[in-house]
Amino acid sequence: MSEAVSALKNAVYIAGIAEISEMGAVGMITLRGDLAAKPLQKAAVAAAGVNVPDQRQCLTEGTGGMAWMSPDELLIMCAYDDANAKLADLRDKLAGTHALAVNVSDARAVFEVRGPKAREVMAKLAPVDLAPASFTPGMFRRTRIAQVPAAFWMPQEGVFRVVCFRSVAQYVFDVLCVAAQPGSEVGVF
Amino acid sequence: MLIVSCPNCGITAEETEFHAHGEAHITRHAADSSDDQMETYLFMRKNPKGVHFERWRHQNGCGKWFHMARCTMTLEVFGTYSAQTYAPPEELLAQIDAKRPGWRTPS
Ligand SMILES: [Zn+2]
Repeated sequence: MSEAVSALKNAVYIAGIAEISEMGAVGMITLRGDLAAKPLQKAAVAAAGVNVPDQRQCLTEGTGGMAWMSPDELLIMCAYDDANAKLADLRDKLAGTHALAVNVSDARAVFEVRGPKAREVMAKLAPVDLAPASFTPGMFRRTRIAQVPAAFWMPQEGVFRVVCFRSVAQYVFDVLCVAAQPGSEVGVF
Repeated sequence: MLIVSCPNCGITAEETEFHAHGEAHITRHAADSSDDQMETYLFMRKNPKGVHFERWRHQNGCGKWFHMARCTMTLEVFGTYSAQTYAPPEELLAQIDAKRPGWRTPS
């Protein structure tokens, strides 16, 4: 098999008010179905290594994790190299259940925005209330970053993980860098 | 700018996270209908100044469809409700009655 590379080959930008970095290849499986169904929940938990997240939440543990995407969709995260095996196991367990599981790892790009001003950088680009009291670690938000769809969560205070389509990875990296350019602090949070 | 609440995922955001898809609750006349019915289905829209019911989609969010009642003049959003219905909920209609008396019979 050919060597898998992420969209921007781990590009970084450290000159600004927050550090922007591409996370490299991340394993991602989209799982759709009845989120209240026990077989689906069990299979999802086994694949992700965390509990099924509540509405608009994201749970992570090491390289594993799971995000609530919509009333009938979960995003399972894992090490890139484990995605196919986890997918096969999921499909096996859900053979008798009305559900859909797809490996979307190669369709996505993941960025990290890190630093005390990370909230400001994100707030410049997304129509989301990012005040510390409103958006807290563990929440998951699907929205837009400037002109393209994206999703993000905070694994911890001062750190955002941003997921977007691979086809717009360069665009998202560029707008994040512009929003983080030196001297662009707003001081609102 | 509209402030919209998605009934599917519970997010409240400004309208750029959403996309409007035109008038709601239009009767879909099928192939065996009259020319007039088909014209009504395809082309005739209310375009009121005031209360309007629309189909919306949480485009840059959960991706789900829903309905919204809003005022085309003031941009007030009266409420949003499930896409899986043929008519607005009575509770929402009562709220609109209170805010816009007489809206059901436009002058
Ligand atoms: Zn939504």
